[in-house]
Amino acid sequence: MNYLRQVAAIVWKDVVAELRTKDIFSAMFVFALLSVLIFQFAFDLRVENVKQVAPGVLWVAISFAGVLGLNRSFALEKDKGSMEGLLLAPVDRSAIYFGKMLGNVLFMLAMEALVIPVFIILFNLPLYLPGVLLVVLLGTLGFAGVGTLFSAMAVNTRAREVLLPILLFPILVPVLISAVKLTGGFLDNIPLSENINWLQLLVVFDVVFIAIAFMTFDYVVEE
Amino acid sequence: MLEIRSLVKSFGRKAVLRGVDLTVAPGETVVMFGPNGAGKTTLMRIISTLSKPTAGKVRVGGIEISYAPDAVRQQLGFVTHAPLLYDSLTAEENLRFFGRLYRLNDLDARIDALLRQVGLAARRHDPVRTYSRGMVQRLSIARALLHDPPMLLLDEPDTGLDQHAAAMLHRVVAEVAGVRQNGEGEGKRASVLLTTHNLERGLAWADRLVILAGGRVAFEARRGDLTEESLRETYDRIVGERG
Repeated sequence: MNYLRQVAAIVWKDVVAELRTKDIFSAMFVFALLSVLIFQFAFDLRVENVKQVAPGVLWVAISFAGVLGLNRSFALEKDKGSMEGLLLAPVDRSAIYFGKMLGNVLFMLAMEALVIPVFIILFNLPLYLPGVLLVVLLGTLGFAGVGTLFSAMAVNTRAREVLLPILLFPILVPVLISAVKLTGGFLDNIPLSENINWLQLLVVFDVVFIAIAFMTFDYVVEE
Repeated sequence: MLEIRSLVKSFGRKAVLRGVDLTVAPGETVVMFGPNGAGKTTLMRIISTLSKPTAGKVRVGGIEISYAPDAVRQQLGFVTHAPLLYDSLTAEENLRFFGRLYRLNDLDARIDALLRQVGLAARRHDPVRTYSRGMVQRLSIARALLHDPPMLLLDEPDTGLDQHAAAMLHRVVAEVAGVRQNGEGEGKRASVLLTTHNLERGLAWADRLVILAGGRVAFEARRGDLTEESLRETYDRIVGERG
């Protein structure tokens, strides 16, 4: 119970700090919005091809914007020296990981909650489907689960802004492919039974990589 | 309270600490001097579990730091020249956050008492980014004392403070850390290990003085055995000899 309270305290701290500064959310939201707009103009999408590219556009926008947020997540702690305050507390390191990871999930979901309506208007697609929303949730969880771990790794390097996407995207390939396939499937009304393998892959990825991060975070944050 | 034996710390081939032996008794205040690069901060970081030693033993309250780091962290309060606070949160929010991490009960009363002691009760709802450097350091001390630790580590807490703010900081530390609560309403002094470059201030505060140079304890004396002048001469000689 104490463990959960500590995780909740870290989430609370990140949310309150973010509500005051909007450091992470504003960067993610503006980037995602611009990405969606640029893709819309660049592809000059027509009704006949919009369903084919829209899932890819959505997940590129979410993942690129998400990287911006992940970069800031630990960078703000590191640059302001507050990371050591966290590490000095008698807290299991995995509680720090889960606290930061859940904070990142919340910020990404908030960004997605604003970008998806814009996406619906521009692409004229019914994204508010339970299946699509489930995929967005699972994809975001996988993205933030791995991303939080890699963000903690990259924050101690000089080229952290460049290093994080280079490290992260190859690992995230299964999440991105599954999410795009599933989103496209739900938009095309393909029965879930035909895409169940992608859903299983997404769920297994989330579970496995969050478990790996749970076990390795201690080593990542140690000097 | 603190026992360090043959402590070595190397970064690659560069040895920063070359066999440090040091003890701090319960309730004792030990002030450590040393030139830049002597290894004072490295030593403090190892004691606080932020860094791992290359070799040697460190025990806090009888607990070896590598065996039970969480138990050691529970016994330590650490103040550095960096505040380790969140500047977008208020003083009260910062203390509440750290209080939850330390699993403290009766947090409201503890926060009230500490903010009054460090003279920040009136500014408790202001974001830390609006504070002066001296106020930030006082809040940093409140953070370090929140869980009533039996051992305080103060690593150059007066860096960047003017004379007035530094004097106030030391008064606050002396008042707040000098008597800690033992949970039964009776006072008990905390052990303190403090590093500073200010010889005069350090001498006034110490029970025992240590000079760290060349990665080792090069000099050790009780306060009563030294005057400010003799301390300055000793310090200049040791630091001069070591280059």
